[in-house]
Amino acid sequence: MGIDWGIILQQFFSQSIGVNAMVFAMAAIGLNIHFGFTGLLNFGHVGFMAAGAYGVGVSVFWLDINFWVGILVGVGFCVFLALLLGIPTLRLRSDYLGITTIAASEALRIFVRWRGNRERTGASEGINDFADSFFRFNIFTRPGNESYDFLFFQYRANDLWVMLIGWSLVGFFLLLNWQLIRSPWGRALKSIREDEDAARALGKNAYAYKMQALALGGVIGGFAGMIQVISRQSVQPDTFNPVITFLIWTILIIGGVGKVWAPVAGSVIYWASISGLITFMRELIGTDLSDELERFFNLSILNVDQLRFVIFGAAMMLLMWLRPQGLFGNREEMALDDR
Amino acid sequence: MWQRKPVVGVLILLLSLFGLVSPALAQDDGGGGQAVFGKLQYEDDNGDNIPAVGVVINVEGVGSGTTDENGDVSIPVPEAGTYPVSVDETTLPEGVSLRTIGRNSLDILVEDGQDKRFLFALTLGEGIGADVSTAASFSGKRVAQLTVEGLKQGLYLAMASIGLSLIYGTTGLVNFAHAELVTWGGLSTFFFNSYGFAGVLGFLAAWPAPFGDGSTLVVAVVLAVISGGVLGWILDKTLFRTFRKQGVSLIAQMVITIGLSILMRYLYLYFFGGAPRTYRQFTAQRAIEIGPIAITPKDLIAMGISVVILIGIGALLTLTRTGKAMRAVSDNRDLAESSGIDVQKVISTVWVYGAAAATLGGAFFALDQTKWDFGFRTLLLIFASVTLGGLGTAYGALVGALLIGLVINLSTLFLDPELKNMIALLAMVLVLMFRPQGLLGKAERIG
Repeated sequence: MGIDWGIILQQFFSQSIGVNAMVFAMAAIGLNIHFGFTGLLNFGHVGFMAAGAYGVGVSVFWLDINFWVGILVGVGFCVFLALLLGIPTLRLRSDYLGITTIAASEALRIFVRWRGNRERTGASEGINDFADSFFRFNIFTRPGNESYDFLFFQYRANDLWVMLIGWSLVGFFLLLNWQLIRSPWGRALKSIREDEDAARALGKNAYAYKMQALALGGVIGGFAGMIQVISRQSVQPDTFNPVITFLIWTILIIGGVGKVWAPVAGSVIYWASISGLITFMRELIGTDLSDELERFFNLSILNVDQLRFVIFGAAMMLLMWLRPQGLFGNREEMALDDR
Repeated sequence: MWQRKPVVGVLILLLSLFGLVSPALAQDDGGGGQAVFGKLQYEDDNGDNIPAVGVVINVEGVGSGTTDENGDVSIPVPEAGTYPVSVDETTLPEGVSLRTIGRNSLDILVEDGQDKRFLFALTLGEGIGADVSTAASFSGKRVAQLTVEGLKQGLYLAMASIGLSLIYGTTGLVNFAHAELVTWGGLSTFFFNSYGFAGVLGFLAAWPAPFGDGSTLVVAVVLAVISGGVLGWILDKTLFRTFRKQGVSLIAQMVITIGLSILMRYLYLYFFGGAPRTYRQFTAQRAIEIGPIAITPKDLIAMGISVVILIGIGALLTLTRTGKAMRAVSDNRDLAESSGIDVQKVISTVWVYGAAAATLGGAFFALDQTKWDFGFRTLLLIFASVTLGGLGTAYGALVGALLIGLVINLSTLFLDPELKNMIALLAMVLVLMFRPQGLLGKAERIG
């Protein structure tokens, strides 16, 4: 048995701009506003994704209101979460925000999967099949699971529709970001990142700016959560675990902290390379080498997927140490100091 | 380029430690004596029997077990007698519940040397029968029992937290990978307990006893604590000392610890597998009754050891030169350095002691069972403890941990146990709003 390079290339290219790459690019754009432009140490970004996702899910499932109104509810949840997190911690040093946000995102997950919330959030079962309104407008109409193929790219009809809307949103957020960062508001954010005391001395209300940045980045993260659960037609509490936050961090750092378009680059690079690599590993396990792999590296089809996390953990460490500005960032701009 | 080598060194160390021994970890050792066992399954819509996977079964005063992929579970018990067996309903698969609501506990009579089957009937959808009442009963006995449970969790938590607080105090670094040191405690104790010290050398693991065979739990815990201290020393020496020398900012270091945490956790999963494991000895132990409370002897001993160790750490900090140096560095690093204290050495010592304490805490947490991510699950509680007590203060972590342990266990008097970890977060947020320096912290500007 040889290695099927076709499937590796197909995974590499399809995942490079697939639903995952889109969702994580969007989430990283939100985190970039927090950390890249304002210097907020948000270690609970997945909480915003969950807030957005459950905003839509709960609206349709429990409150029984229109799906599109549900999107607004999701946005509202994200703003509310930002206020909840920001009020106690934004006046404190940044590591306190880090600790609180990771704890809050975990607490949120515990809360939505609590069995007492079965009628509201579906508890551990989650909420399923709530986004028919979204797919009603699907312009890609091949029935069932029949896929669209183009060179090495291969997508199902529904995914293609999610990608079209999702990448358009990503484009919109990039434009918005680009304009905001050039505006006086964006310059104030950057000045707070560089030296909060100096910004305050100039009469800027640093607390208010930080709160606005937290809410805006949170809402963008919320949209990422929404589009993710829409693509799966399912909201599951355990998909919103802290590891997702750190994956977003890694993607942001790969691209370059503080660069407007870098989250997209980071996400595309991450998903293309990791999918290609893992598929390659799977293929390798399929060859005659499998016994040696199992004996020397304990690698088998059972644990090959965990390599993904091992690799991104190591990537996160090495990048932050040796190239904290990421592949495309600017070291002078991103001189991280301690606030 | 030489600076990059330490990371590679750590990776190779971790990989080789697990890589060489991993074939051994795949083995399963059976136990003698008697056990309670059962199979949990339910009928799906087609009338097929589907095993219920991952359901936690508790044998009161003995321990717990989780159903495997066939729905089977077997929990060893120490001696003949009647054991209350209960099913943790929160762990039932999605959409599955007990056929008779509220019938979640059975008394099983076990005879000497014989395994005894228990049966919990499951059904898809809602069960029937008695009404669901989540209102917890309130009694003096229950308060006493929960207080002891709280103290137990608090003591283990204190050992897990104290290192985090000391490292923060001396270096200003919030170490997100600290929870992985706690996991290390459970896993390495399991390892030494099952495969012995020589088992580390991989190729010896396949040899007959005593080379490949495990040591008793007490020795295993000691070995684990030593290995934890060594791990702490290596982490500081190879990674964090290098970062300090190079002037890597604290925020960047914090992000690096997150990467380290993910790396270590998934290496555990990669080599150790996802299934929960139990130590070879003392897993099946019957609770003894002291007045209104019931507690297993192993927990009682572990609590005793925790108290001794924590008092020891307190004495170390107040009485010895090393301890005074630690506190001095914590208070004012520059002043300490200029008065002749070797700051790097103090930090290194703090890493060793902190990691060793976390390892011991982890080994105790894992007395019931150990899993690749159990440390990470306590990270929230560890953070809550150190924030509550005051980040950077050693005694603060202790007080905070005891309080968190008591509060979250006593909260189950009024609230669903599923929510108890949320209470810890709530406590933390309240403290941050009204006393951000923590209970024992000095009021200083931290914003």
